[in-house]
Amino acid sequence: MEISMKINGAEVTHDVEPRTLLVHFVRENAGLRGTHWGCDTSNCGACVLWVDGTPTKSCTMLAASAAGHDITTVEGLEKDGKLDPIQQGFIECHGLQCGFCTPGMLMTGRWILDNNPKPSEEEIREGISGQLCRCTGYKNIVDSIHWAADHPAENEVSA
Amino acid sequence: MQTPAPVDYVRATSVADALSLLQQHGDEARLLAGGHSLLPMMKLRLARPEILVDINDLDELRGIRIDGNEIVVGAMVTHAEILNSPILFEHYPIFREAEKVIADPIVRNKGTMGGSMCQADPAEDLSAVGAALRGTVVIQNAEGRRTVAMREFHEGPYETKVADGEILVEVRYPILPGSGSAYEKVERRSGDWAVCAAGACVTISGGVFSSVGIGIGAVNAEHFTAVDAEAFLVGKEPTAENIATAAQMAADSCDPSADQRGPADYKKHLAMELTKRALTRAAAAAKGA
Repeated sequence: MEISMKINGAEVTHDVEPRTLLVHFVRENAGLRGTHWGCDTSNCGACVLWVDGTPTKSCTMLAASAAGHDITTVEGLEKDGKLDPIQQGFIECHGLQCGFCTPGMLMTGRWILDNNPKPSEEEIREGISGQLCRCTGYKNIVDSIHWAADHPAENEVSA
Repeated sequence: MQTPAPVDYVRATSVADALSLLQQHGDEARLLAGGHSLLPMMKLRLARPEILVDINDLDELRGIRIDGNEIVVGAMVTHAEILNSPILFEHYPIFREAEKVIADPIVRNKGTMGGSMCQADPAEDLSAVGAALRGTVVIQNAEGRRTVAMREFHEGPYETKVADGEILVEVRYPILPGSGSAYEKVERRSGDWAVCAAGACVTISGGVFSSVGIGIGAVNAEHFTAVDAEAFLVGKEPTAENIATAAQMAADSCDPSADQRGPADYKKHLAMELTKRALTRAAAAAKGA
């Protein structure tokens, strides 16, 4: 079946099997490998992207269901050559080790701050509780999200 | 790589359209709501529908509203919407307490009440909540709508009163003014299915329980409730001793199986302890307590 959706603002159309999962559509059909494909069981959160602005585990959604919707992936965070503060925060605070969980952490982290610009540590930890970091680097991930909260985009975060 | 087996896909444009698609395809069709129960089952080949009828466009199945003396929750309302609903929190804090421990924030963004209830996992939290609140399930088919009490909704594990060609459209919860409610759950790790969970909703009048609702999940309580314990408490004072007796009666009525979540006697102990805690907190929160 032919399906179309907007990914990071660009219309993407492909002919896929109805059983195609959104994570595979984004990676294989749209060629955007930033979204990681992890556990396949909606546990790890490496595949989190936004569907109409809401973080979603894309291994547990059919691409067909996403047709007609607006998808934002980690590639969509950067604006005009400038990293989003959440991305900068992960650089500043060493928020990643192997980097596998990072795309999902970034998408959820940005969403946490969009809804709660000054989250407590507990609110951040609850917010990312659907994401697994097997390097167990949670402390630095929490610090990175805090850094982004303290440096919102207006403050000219350089890439 | 886990991927569902080949399947056809169609998007319903209305409840009537979905019903007609279900009729057309019979038991080979399954409704696709949030997909967070069905797609994992399809990946494991535990579900093998030939066609998915996607009902995510059906706004008529969304929304939480008050209708007379009932709160109506649409089948496509997500767990996140229930968690954050001011209406539900005002009348029934039990929803927020239960939702906080259902899966994780990202899964709650997609998973729906109707999907969870129709999946009917024996450890499903909203089934225990619905039993405690004595909710009513509204089911629609080609002939019209019918209602089923939450306490008669389950036929067994993973089986409900929703038949082929039918859609669960909403659940209605009667408003009990002045009630107190609470939910308790023990899980092996954050967001897991319950080892055991218990919810309570009570009203107190003249210093005694005037109504008692108990919901128990994951330990094979008949219809997710404990009617003998409820009946024992009505008309009695909310003392620690009465609540402990009722909690023990509730636990005795459960028949848990030993599995990877723990041995049966441990689960029975949890049923007693969690029922006691839920009843105690619900009683303290009830007006007139």
